[in-house]
Amino acid sequence: MAEAHPVGFQWVMEAKARGARIIHVDPRFTRTSAVADAHVPIRPGTDIAFLGGLINYVLENERDFREYVVAYTNAPMLVREDFVDAGDDDGLFSGWDPETCSYDTTTWQYEGADVAAASGDRDAWDSDTHQPEMRRESHRLTHLLGQSESAGSGGATVTGEPVRDDTLQHPRCVYQVLRRHFARYTPETVSRVCGMSPDQFRTVAEAICANSGRERTTMWIYSVGWTQHTVGVQYIRCASILQGLLGNIGRPGGGIMALRGHATIQGSTDIPTLYDLLPGYIPMPHAHKKMTLADFVEADAASKGFWGNMPAYMVSLLKAWFGDAATAENDYCFDLVPRITGDHSTFTTVLNMIDQKCEGYLVLGENPAVGTTNSKQQRLGLAALKWLVVRDLQEIETATFWRDGPEIETGEMRTEDIGTEVFLLPAATHVEKAGSFTNTQRLLQWRHQAVEPPGDARSDLWFAHELGLRIRAKLAGSGLSRDAAIQALTWDYPTEGVHGDPDAHAILKEISGVDADGTPVSGYTALRDDGSTACGCWIYSGVYADGVNQAARRVPAGGESPAALEWGWAWPMNRRVLYNRASADPEGRPWSERKAYVWWDPDEQRWTGHDVPDFEADKPPSYRPPDGAVAQDAIAGDEPFIMQADGRVWLYAPTGLADGPMPVHYEPEEAPTRNALHPLTRANPARERFVRDDNPYNPSDHQPGSEVFPYAFTTFRIAEHHTAGGMSRWTPYLAELAPEMFVEVSPALAAERGLEHTGWATIVTARSAIEARVVVTERMKPLRIAGETVHQVGLPWHWGPNGLVTGDAANELIGISLDPNVHIMDTKTGTCDVVAGRRPRGPELPTFVEGYRKRAGI
Amino acid sequence: MSLPRRAADLVRSWPLFRQLTGPDPLGRGAAVESNGPRDHARTADADTVTRSVCPFCAVGCGQKIYSREGRVTHIEGDPDSPISRGRLCPRGSSSLSLVTSPSRLTRVRYRRPGGTDWEDLELGTAMDMIADRIIESRARTWEDTDGEGRVLRRTLGFAHLGGATLDNEENYLLKKLYTALGAVQVENQARI
Repeated sequence: MAEAHPVGFQWVMEAKARGARIIHVDPRFTRTSAVADAHVPIRPGTDIAFLGGLINYVLENERDFREYVVAYTNAPMLVREDFVDAGDDDGLFSGWDPETCSYDTTTWQYEGADVAAASGDRDAWDSDTHQPEMRRESHRLTHLLGQSESAGSGGATVTGEPVRDDTLQHPRCVYQVLRRHFARYTPETVSRVCGMSPDQFRTVAEAICANSGRERTTMWIYSVGWTQHTVGVQYIRCASILQGLLGNIGRPGGGIMALRGHATIQGSTDIPTLYDLLPGYIPMPHAHKKMTLADFVEADAASKGFWGNMPAYMVSLLKAWFGDAATAENDYCFDLVPRITGDHSTFTTVLNMIDQKCEGYLVLGENPAVGTTNSKQQRLGLAALKWLVVRDLQEIETATFWRDGPEIETGEMRTEDIGTEVFLLPAATHVEKAGSFTNTQRLLQWRHQAVEPPGDARSDLWFAHELGLRIRAKLAGSGLSRDAAIQALTWDYPTEGVHGDPDAHAILKEISGVDADGTPVSGYTALRDDGSTACGCWIYSGVYADGVNQAARRVPAGGESPAALEWGWAWPMNRRVLYNRASADPEGRPWSERKAYVWWDPDEQRWTGHDVPDFEADKPPSYRPPDGAVAQDAIAGDEPFIMQADGRVWLYAPTGLADGPMPVHYEPEEAPTRNALHPLTRANPARERFVRDDNPYNPSDHQPGSEVFPYAFTTFRIAEHHTAGGMSRWTPYLAELAPEMFVEVSPALAAERGLEHTGWATIVTARSAIEARVVVTERMKPLRIAGETVHQVGLPWHWGPNGLVTGDAANELIGISLDPNVHIMDTKTGTCDVVAGRRPRGPELPTFVEGYRKRAGI
Repeated sequence: MSLPRRAADLVRSWPLFRQLTGPDPLGRGAAVESNGPRDHARTADADTVTRSVCPFCAVGCGQKIYSREGRVTHIEGDPDSPISRGRLCPRGSSSLSLVTSPSRLTRVRYRRPGGTDWEDLELGTAMDMIADRIIESRARTWEDTDGEGRVLRRTLGFAHLGGATLDNEENYLLKKLYTALGAVQVENQARI
């Protein structure tokens, strides 16, 4: 955190100065470790074993916050009788289908509750044929799509009343299911898998237990070290289970804090440039023979919690996009929205480019030619395109692959043979345009424009608007049905400035929502499903309340409130801590005076406190839903988790995940060791693999050929560069501070391979070989794993061939294997060889790598 | 002034020399200050100060942008921000170099199929050509239904990448436009 988010880290230091204990769990000893109270080393890719060990420690010693657990989590819910936990040997839950490599999740459900059908099932309902092959196809599709077609980020809906045992004694209640599941993660097992000592582990376990409960809270902070794995989602699930058991969610000083890597990466998922989502985590519709708007929202309409208002969110979105053309009679133009049929993520799309199925590509502020896993595959995709548009500040590698990319040097491509037409458009910087970023805490902050961009440089807002104007003009006279959506689109924005930029305020107002008169709405509870409101992103609704740009608020220090409520605007409804109703007990009283945050004021009959309550302000703790209540009315006054279908923290996920209702330790795609817990299932069985010539995998786990790639590698960032370097390698100060690609190795590995400090090393995988300056450092520790010594090396990933400072990109080395839930790639683990000296140049490079493949039998 | 004299002056003005020979041996004061004229700060003659946000990581530190006659002259941390309290890290502090970089692209660059170098192109012409490419690719690859009669109404013929460095308003217009065009392969760095 001190490296990648230095200014955020000041608050960790401030907490330390006030007595907080800081524990840093990381494969490498970093600038964060240097100022932490303890550094706990861990082998990359083993955090489920570590977190599972902590969960086991909490459960075995009954250190959970019992009142919180009983009242606010699904610990009392009973799981169906036919659910079978992951086996000791095979690590597989009930429902596994080896043929499709996916799960039928039926047996994972609660007893007494039905779960809304996932995608694909709808056609089976239509024909009323619940044939086994139909079911299998439906599960395969759900698996491919990575999520169900309902409830957006809620993942799934639960209807009916699950059976509960509030004593937590029933053998099938979630609490007991968890106890049995995590019992295998003993301190000794954790040590064997993760490489830390049992004592180090116990120290951490004791520290977090002692620092949780009524009077104290513990916070977990993570970054892509937790997410970029084939089990990335289950890492976060594991942390949620632990924090749920300890009562650390919805309370001040608690939570699971994601430190995201780009200025508005949070915003770009809220208002998604993502294939499977519409704004506000509404799922993209999947392909069906027949599906009306009512069918689409049906799965949610009867459910509990705020997702129950999905019809209002969806109709308001369609009204924002299609305006007067969207009417009740034509289903608000729902049939104009395109349908998805599988994984259309960036990785699959690039494979389609190589296979000549996708012919055009627009790349805005991203640099996949060095910034994306298996970079060569990305460049092969770029070279197979008919046309490419790149918008950036500098001549980044994605724009110049045809002239001086690595494949030109090796002779694998010839410039004259590359048929891609390239448009490189200069972009405006953050000070040359107005607009909002959403930071990692869901806070929208407005940037005012300082100056005009130079020359042809324009904002991406100008580009999107101008492109839309030109396409609409060209298709205005078309009678084709495929052009109906672009013709009906509302695209009439006021423009300003010398370049005719669309007014960003007008767009923020559309995102926030208006009523039938065009008056800004107060927030998402004002949205209706009758076409009388229009709103571009329901979770951002209210950011333009009262006609005021709330994101531009800059009261010094955020005003009087400790939550700094008058600085910017956090979604939803300016709430700074999500689910903060959980900071009070079921009766609405703070769990302790020390940790008071939001509470029920019986005199005023309202929720009050230091933050905007994440609860209906006048719903008393005693409220019980009447029979047949839906949406928020079905949430009782003592159920804080208002977006969940049962109002509770899910310690066990009865639905919504593709790879299990509880996390299981699997080894990464490429690991230097066996799976010590489940020997028959080495890696996540549901992970997404791409077995192709341009994506070979190293043999793993003592398989023949694995000795060719004997070392483990992980990737990391440093304070002086930003991501793949597009915003730092062209900057003189940053370039000078960190001028060269390097590899961190331990003294032991340096001795084993004859590597010299500040000399060169070549790192090789089945994909490619790169060179880097050697940094011999005690920061990289060899690990003892299952009785063997495993050497690991660390690679920053900020360099590429262009810019003021150049170097090989770490992404050249990494193959694509993905988590099945969100299709995130594993960049944090892999195996490699390391040899002294620079890598071969020109045509000798592919020959060199081919030699490794042959020796490994690939 | 003779050459040796000038060289001697240069050595005497070197901060390390001043530190070793002057009254500031620990280098905590005047010895390490630069030799340039210090009559006023760069911020003093700015004609506008604009509130902004750092464009690098997701912490969201406040920035104040100083500009004069339409050019950015200085960027520093915003002390009012409850997030950053005026601080910027090495990356955030480099923002001025990011904005004023002499190697920044300011003209459209065009590479024709098989071309060996960049060519010039008017921005308006480029925008028109891009609109045409999208319309053509979309027409070639449009799918109304799949083989089983399921409604698709889409194209897999072109794709988009990028968003985590763009503004919310920009992502919104892009998603709106692409969805209306039937494009579904719209992606960025984030997975969720």
